[in-house]
Amino acid sequence: MRRGALRCHCATGGLSWLALALLAPTLLAGCARTPPPAVHFFAEGRPQHLSDWHVVLREGDRLVLNGGVVPFDLNTPLFSDYAHKLRTVWMPAGTAAQYSDAQTFDFPVGTVLSKTFYYPRAAAHAEAPDDVARTYDQSRDFAGTGLDLNNVRLIETRLLVRREHGWEALPYVWNAQQTDAELARTGDEVPLELIAADGAAESFTYVVPNENQCAGCHVTDLKTRAIAPIGPKARHLNRDYRYPEGAQNQLAYLEKLGYLKGLPPLAQVPRSAAWRDASQPLEARARAYLEVNCGHCHSPAGPANTTALTFDVGTPLDRHLGLCKPPVAAGRGSGDRLFDIVPGHPDDSILPFRMASSETGVMMPEQGRGTVHREGLELIRAWISAMSGSCSS
Amino acid sequence: MRAEPMRSIAVVTACLTVLAGCARHGSHTAALSPADVAFQKQLQEQFLDAKPGTVIEIPPGTHALDRVLTLRANGVTIRGAGADQSILSFRNEISGPEGILVYGSDFTIENLAIEDTKGDGLKINDGDNLTIRGVRVAWTDGPKTSNGAYGIYPVRSHHILIEDSSSWGAADAGIYVGQSTDIVVRHCHAEQNVAGIEIENSIHADVYENVATGNTGGILVFNMPNLAQAGHSTRVFRNRVLKNNLASFAAKGAAVASVPAGSGVVVNSNSQVEIFDNDIADNQTANLIISAYFSTNYYNKPGIDPHYDPYPRAIFIYDNRFSGGGDSPDGLELKTLKVAMFGLNGHFPDIVWDGYRDEQHLVNGQPPADERICIRNGNAGVLNADGPHKYKNPTTDASQFQCELPKLAPVELPGRT
Repeated sequence: MRRGALRCHCATGGLSWLALALLAPTLLAGCARTPPPAVHFFAEGRPQHLSDWHVVLREGDRLVLNGGVVPFDLNTPLFSDYAHKLRTVWMPAGTAAQYSDAQTFDFPVGTVLSKTFYYPRAAAHAEAPDDVARTYDQSRDFAGTGLDLNNVRLIETRLLVRREHGWEALPYVWNAQQTDAELARTGDEVPLELIAADGAAESFTYVVPNENQCAGCHVTDLKTRAIAPIGPKARHLNRDYRYPEGAQNQLAYLEKLGYLKGLPPLAQVPRSAAWRDASQPLEARARAYLEVNCGHCHSPAGPANTTALTFDVGTPLDRHLGLCKPPVAAGRGSGDRLFDIVPGHPDDSILPFRMASSETGVMMPEQGRGTVHREGLELIRAWISAMSGSCSS
Repeated sequence: MRAEPMRSIAVVTACLTVLAGCARHGSHTAALSPADVAFQKQLQEQFLDAKPGTVIEIPPGTHALDRVLTLRANGVTIRGAGADQSILSFRNEISGPEGILVYGSDFTIENLAIEDTKGDGLKINDGDNLTIRGVRVAWTDGPKTSNGAYGIYPVRSHHILIEDSSSWGAADAGIYVGQSTDIVVRHCHAEQNVAGIEIENSIHADVYENVATGNTGGILVFNMPNLAQAGHSTRVFRNRVLKNNLASFAAKGAAVASVPAGSGVVVNSNSQVEIFDNDIADNQTANLIISAYFSTNYYNKPGIDPHYDPYPRAIFIYDNRFSGGGDSPDGLELKTLKVAMFGLNGHFPDIVWDGYRDEQHLVNGQPPADERICIRNGNAGVLNADGPHKYKNPTTDASQFQCELPKLAPVELPGRT
């Protein structure tokens, strides 16, 4: 399979796709063989515009992926204020990531990971661009392999780029016209209205992290202080994706493209639970959720290792995971509760209390959300409710 | 570079983008003035670009910010014009929760104030060689449970000097050093916090010539369970620990929520602690409390590391000047005990020990010589409250405390005197 197979390329002559986007859409109607500029990996510096990278391209009313840019999903994603996410990976020709059972894959220099945060537009609020839908339904998001910009509002695209000396994080914020995203090193704030299916509205400020806040999650080892991707691990990627050619396992697909080497037979590859899949065990779903939403800080090497609370994948289900554990530095985040988890009693447990808050200084995670993740909270409460045992001894 | 026509199109696009960005800023950061928005952006950029040798100057004035300032670099100095001159106000903070969050070594912060953060004021995680000088952290509405937990908070760090600094209104501890080694806290002022100054799970700390007054508890030396490091070797000397009688406003479950209002100096579950030459006065529960983790009410078997040592050991108290205090203890149990033993108008002795000791580890009915609580403090009295038996047989017999311990060496911080 060729890496450029995902999209049909439009005739662009000498113009960049950016210039094209400003021209009449009729020009875009016919597809021809001439490819647009390939993905441009910048070995250093901070390009001002997302378009400089040629990773995701504005094409008519769609945001499409350039040749060689491969989309992927995670079994259980991080909650980000109900934003939908389009994740992609691109690697230079002839290079591949090295598979690992447990760790983030070892990506080659030149790798560009992108994550575009967007919302489905609220159906009845088409004229109000800040009204976005609170839904898990992605069926209206795509037009072919591209995002349908008639139906979605782009917020930001974050790049993680693997340079010679390590990974760097670059946050780009989409403009109001949705024509391009501009570098926002110091982050941004976007006021939005989340509209539920029943019409209920919730105002919140979507916070685009600044570069140092990116590191707040992506520096998973305090000693190295190195930024690293979190999602692209075998257990998170081990699932199907609906490619234009049909649904396939993502790892097998990446291997077939030449993007992944060292992949063992799929039966031997670990797999995280999908947190919303009620057919999977409650315990596995809760643990997957906690790992992805909390484990990047709450790990033995992570910045929350000051708290004696760990949520990474191997943590035993005992005090290390918060069972009957008194808080260390929670302050008012304890919510007048004595222990992180009191088996059988979510209302007495600090963990769901902090998840149920959207107040800075109380809520956990500390950053990356301004709303409460209702369904995630419900999952963790159900998991705690189902626990037996007690903290009185 | 590419062809000219393209560049002009790019310029047009860039202009549109810039305009769009401006319009959005104006509407959604209404809490901050345009000047503050501009200041914050420029300051954030300085934090992002900081590298060894960078000095970030905070000009005089009150600067409203709505987002944590995060630093990830070694060798950086943040310097204001004075703790009452250069003020960073986080009253409108929407993304934090800290005011300033530092991951870096060889770090100095001086002469500025951090106000009204949603979480900790200044947190420094995993640094070596830290200097915090002339920094004021305050919650300006006074004591409130919704204030941030810690004012000045270095954690898992080494070689820390905190001097001439102050904290006001922290809902947990004003100046709090956690899980660290080689620490000096001197010439600081802590007032209106739940705990004034707290040394927790830390090794080799000198706390001297500070003032802790008007807090719930003045100066605390604690060891919490489950953490990577057990603390020991802290000296508390030449401090003024006065009238720490503020009603506790900590959330339940917080480490300091177990501290009764009216506590002067408190040692909990820590070892090799030396308390001498302090002025400790008018703390209405007791001027000095020695206690075990069992007295905190958080003890439970499944949640506590079985290797955790809950007992205070090797505590040496000498040559302090005590006066007043002990006359109005906090909490029904202590009140009842006080009245029963000393009458309505009486008071606890200056030193109160909760009575928990490691019964598995006694020599001739006493802790080993190098693990005892020793008191050489003139006529200061001591109460064994008999906590293990629910205060049934309290006693003021001080004979078991007549001993001495070898004195601890001063903490040396290389390059700083």
